[in-house]
Amino acid sequence: MTNRTTVERKSERELVVTRTVKGPARLVFEAWARPELFQRWWVPKSSNVTMLSCEMDIHTGGSYRLVFQHPASGQPMAFFGRYLEVTPPSRLVWTNDESGEGGAVTTVTFEDRGGETVVVLSDLYPSKQALDEAIASGSTSGFGEQFEQLDALLLALDADGGG
Amino acid sequence: MVQYAQARFDASFAALSDATRRGVLEHLGRADASITELADKFHMTLTGMKKHVGVLELAGLVVTQKIGRVRTCRLGLRRLKEEAAWIERYRQLWEARFDALDAVVEELKQKEKSDARRKRG
Repeated sequence: MTNRTTVERKSERELVVTRTVKGPARLVFEAWARPELFQRWWVPKSSNVTMLSCEMDIHTGGSYRLVFQHPASGQPMAFFGRYLEVTPPSRLVWTNDESGEGGAVTTVTFEDRGGETVVVLSDLYPSKQALDEAIASGSTSGFGEQFEQLDALLLALDADGGG
Repeated sequence: MVQYAQARFDASFAALSDATRRGVLEHLGRADASITELADKFHMTLTGMKKHVGVLELAGLVVTQKIGRVRTCRLGLRRLKEEAAWIERYRQLWEARFDALDAVVEELKQKEKSDARRKRG
C-alpha cells in the first residue's frame, strides 16, 4: 500500500490529506486544472452523485462553480469559490464559499519526486468552531451535508448491525 | 438489511429536505437541547417543533429522551465516535478520488508516450 491516502487533523482548524500519485507533477496538475479531466475523478462513482456542470476559470483570481445532483434529492447543489493562487505545476489555492463565512481555504501542493508526485491538500478553516461545525453537520466539504449525513447514518446502521 | 437501509435512506432525505430540520441538526451538533429550547431558537410553536423532531427521530437522525417533563434531543450518532467517523469518511472520499485520479494520470502518461513515438515515427 505505497499509495495510501492519509487524513490528519493537523491543528484545531486544519485538516491535511496526503497521497502519492504515480506520475509527474505536471500531469497530476493537468488532471486537476483541466475541467474535462477533473470531472472524471472528482466525484466517486460509488457516491451516485452526478456532476451536472463544471465551470473552472483556472487562473489566480478566477472563479469556479461545480453543480451536483443526487438521484434521491430534488435540488441540485452548487459548490463555488475563487482561485487565490494558481501556480503550475506545483500549487493551487481556492476558497470554498458555498457555506458562507465558515468555509475553508483549500491549498494543494504537488511535489515531484522522480516521476511520482506527493500531493498534500490542506483545508484551513477560519476557526476551530468552523471546523467543529463542519464535522458536526456531517459535511466533508465536497458533497454537501445531506449526502454526508446519510453516509453517516448508514455507517451507524452498519455499526448497529442493522438495528 | 439492504431494503431497511434504503427505507432509512428515503426517510432521511425527506427529513433533510427542510431547512428548519437541517438547522435543528446543526444546533444539536453543538449541544443537546430540549424541544422547548429548539422551539424558541427557531421561533416556532411547541407543536410545530415536536413535528419536526418527530420526523428527524423517525429517520434515526435524532434521539430523544424524556426526563420528568422535559424531552431532551441529541444527535442520533454517538458523539465520541463522531469526529473519528467523519475523518474516516473524508479519507474514503479522497481515497476514491485519488484512485480515479491515478487512472487519469496513467492515461495522460500513455498518451504522451504514444505521441512521442508518433513524432519520432
